[in-house]
Amino acid sequence: MPTPFPHSYLPHTEAQRREMIDAVGVSSVDELFADIPDAFRNPDITLPPALTELELLREIGGLAKRNAVPGEVPCFVGGGVYRHFIPSVVGAMISRGEFLTSYTPYQPEVSQGTLQATYEYQSMICEITAMEAANAGMYDGASSLAEAALMACRVTGRHSVIVHDTVNPRYRAVVDTYLVPQGVEVITVAPGGESISDATACVLTQYPDYFGAVRDLTPIADAAHEAGALLAVSADPVALGMFRAPGEFGADIVTGETQPIGVNMSFGGPFVGYFACRLSHIRQMPGRIAGRTVDHEGRIGYALTLQTREQHIRRERATSNICTSEALIATGTAVCLAALGPGGLRRMAELSYQKAHYVAAEIAALDSYEVVDNGPWFNEFVVRCPHTALETNAALWRRGIIGGIDAGSAVENGLLLSVTEMHTRAEIDALVSALREIAGKGAQ
Amino acid sequence: MTTDGVFAQRGHHSLWDISAPGRSGVQLPDSDVPEQPMPNASLLREELRLPEVSELDVVRHYTRLAQKNFSVDTNFYPLGSCTMKYNPKINDMVASQPGFSGIHPLQPEETVQGALELMYRLQRDLQSITGMPAGSLAPLAGAHGELAGVLMIKAYHEARGEPHRKVMLIPDSAHGTNPASASMGGFEVVTLPSDINGILDIAAVEAAANDRLAGLMITIPNTLGLFNPNIAHICEIVHSAGGLVYGDGANMNALLGRARPYDLGFDVVHLNLHKTTSTPHGGGGPGAGPVCVGERLARYLPSPVVEMVEDTEGAQYRFATPTNSIGAMSAGHGNFGVLVRAYTYLRALGADGLRQASGDAVLNANYLRRKLEHAYRVAVDRTCMHEVVFTGRSQREKGVKALDISKRMIDYGVHPPTMYFPLIVEEALMVEPTETESKETLDAFIEVMTTIAREVDESPELLHEAPHVTPVGRLDEARAARQPDLRWQAP
Repeated sequence: MPTPFPHSYLPHTEAQRREMIDAVGVSSVDELFADIPDAFRNPDITLPPALTELELLREIGGLAKRNAVPGEVPCFVGGGVYRHFIPSVVGAMISRGEFLTSYTPYQPEVSQGTLQATYEYQSMICEITAMEAANAGMYDGASSLAEAALMACRVTGRHSVIVHDTVNPRYRAVVDTYLVPQGVEVITVAPGGESISDATACVLTQYPDYFGAVRDLTPIADAAHEAGALLAVSADPVALGMFRAPGEFGADIVTGETQPIGVNMSFGGPFVGYFACRLSHIRQMPGRIAGRTVDHEGRIGYALTLQTREQHIRRERATSNICTSEALIATGTAVCLAALGPGGLRRMAELSYQKAHYVAAEIAALDSYEVVDNGPWFNEFVVRCPHTALETNAALWRRGIIGGIDAGSAVENGLLLSVTEMHTRAEIDALVSALREIAGKGAQ
Repeated sequence: MTTDGVFAQRGHHSLWDISAPGRSGVQLPDSDVPEQPMPNASLLREELRLPEVSELDVVRHYTRLAQKNFSVDTNFYPLGSCTMKYNPKINDMVASQPGFSGIHPLQPEETVQGALELMYRLQRDLQSITGMPAGSLAPLAGAHGELAGVLMIKAYHEARGEPHRKVMLIPDSAHGTNPASASMGGFEVVTLPSDINGILDIAAVEAAANDRLAGLMITIPNTLGLFNPNIAHICEIVHSAGGLVYGDGANMNALLGRARPYDLGFDVVHLNLHKTTSTPHGGGGPGAGPVCVGERLARYLPSPVVEMVEDTEGAQYRFATPTNSIGAMSAGHGNFGVLVRAYTYLRALGADGLRQASGDAVLNANYLRRKLEHAYRVAVDRTCMHEVVFTGRSQREKGVKALDISKRMIDYGVHPPTMYFPLIVEEALMVEPTETESKETLDAFIEVMTTIAREVDESPELLHEAPHVTPVGRLDEARAARQPDLRWQAP
């Protein structure tokens, strides 16, 4: 037995440990592990030495300081993750210990806070997507879209899905990971190139699409429905502050990433995948759902509901294996949406639109650059550059600017740039003049 | 209605009830660029019925909601299998630094070397704890890690030309996510019985070990809080039949520094970082479910993994995709904010601290077992690991259910344990005290449970009607399911 390790997370004193060991009726703590065969018990694990709180801040804080932070440096990377304004109330509310350190609300009487917040989150997701029902959240936008495809297979009894090539390639990769092992056929096509058949469970599309375009989805919805298939749309919720909602176009399932609303970029997570559908399909929906009901005295209260779809009851016949999801982050999105209101969300969207279109116009006016015409668009666009995206980004970074995402597989030397209300005029002007300089200098 | 009444009622209000048109909780600046033409009106939406509230409205609303929650910060929370240990505040502080919380997942790798190094170190430390030679931090929760695990097992068999291996064995005591994950991976689930000691029956494993066997999913220690002393032998049986062993790491808190899944014969194990490494559960997430694997599965790990390369400028870190990867589990690289907290926790304890943590967790559970075994029967009467399962069978005979006992605990300020799980125990109450709870807390809990046991005999109606002190009483869950009210609707 090594020397006892006094630690601020471990409250027992040595005297108390002794007292408890005696009460249990063993000679030592080690004896409690006697079921582990000797050959395997007490292995050496090599971890770096323990640090005190003061040392943790220095050591791990040092790692944080080695990263370039968007906002501290100009950054025009989007691709599904965006830096939007997060009001202070969001962090203040979700860092309250009662939200932060509770578990899944299995006991509704002592979880009304989490449950009501979830119900209101579901309500707000329904409002912005124009859908009838929403769940409490999925892991992220990509897994949410994959689960939408699986749900469409359950609803239609079919096993083939069509995915538009204008869907985020990282989302399409997750759709493959989820669907292919279950024997679902995944067909990738350009929008309009669908050959929807009576085997098609659904069409998966994105709005605005990966390259920024905003299109009327009605023809796609009509074509899918005519063949007995569903339409599932992955949508940026900020765009829905000003553009028509997928539900208005006839979408059957709407998913996406709530990250742009109240969630830090955090190097890619934790985020929340939102998930909304028609009420008629609710029993095929994956994930947790909070519902409103009454107690024995008729007082309004909230509880988890429709749990017979879930794995803790239905086991291998559940709609999904998703269990722990992203409740706290969903609450953060709800707090942010509450603070923004319809006016704030619309203004955030319009500011992003205005600034992005200004950047695009400035870049289009440069020699050697061309903004790809994708029709109406929101806050993201592709620029055809004189050099590859890799070269352009490297040259931008030498000037202290983080550029965009390589879109070379869709457009030669294409660079996908994203702009939100967070970008200052100074950052925008720095980008435009750096691009001008790079064009003339052979990407140096 | 009196003034008091007006304010007392406010706790029940929804955001829409306190909304007024034209109010806002946020101000946004004017545009600083020349005005751009707007898109065609046919593309623009007309109506958006979000609540309209002031900033103070938002703060009061959510503060009141928060006050209606039990949490680790406010109450003893012995929810079995959920490992509700204290979440050190330094973890959140470290994770919220802009250098972590503010970085974009698609920034060039050269601009995020600190983040990549942290992920590399965490991956290495988790491998050390599990004994496994390789790992990926990509899965976003425990069940997501399970899915990654079964997909790796599937890819392994297919690559070996044995796609007919479709059977996944799962003990009857398993978490529901195990069969659900196996099913999502395209496997057929075969449920295996436990013996009278709650331990997986070896004969059942032997009988099922044939050339259709893909693998076994097993929780260690199991959901009865028991370590299976035959586990290494069971792994051998599965291996000799050509199958692989999946370890559900949900109960890993009992084994830190005490045993490594790799040594026992596991091929893959996931870790619930929100349990074992103390990242806040957040009312049901976010979590993180990294997977660690043996040599046989390393090439199938989900992408990305983090690699270190040494060059003239020193160590450089980069993302990589294993050669036969099952693919991406998410659009990002894992729940990075959770990973930062987990790494901070591991650094705060080190190897000795983790070992002490598992020792105290197991000591606490056994202390409760001894002190409460007379009032409530223990499901299996033997030394337990970090959780102990009681059965309220004798109370049930007196007309009081495990549910009633749980609800009465709320009146005493204790969060109920996990009820009616594992499924193989009647009237199960699964108590997990965790190492961060003091002896004083445990003694107070023992007193509460003893009092409730007395109330079962003396005044059972107190239990039937409990809880008495909460903002709402027992909710009509049947009505919630029969007449689903899942969203606010305009009156």
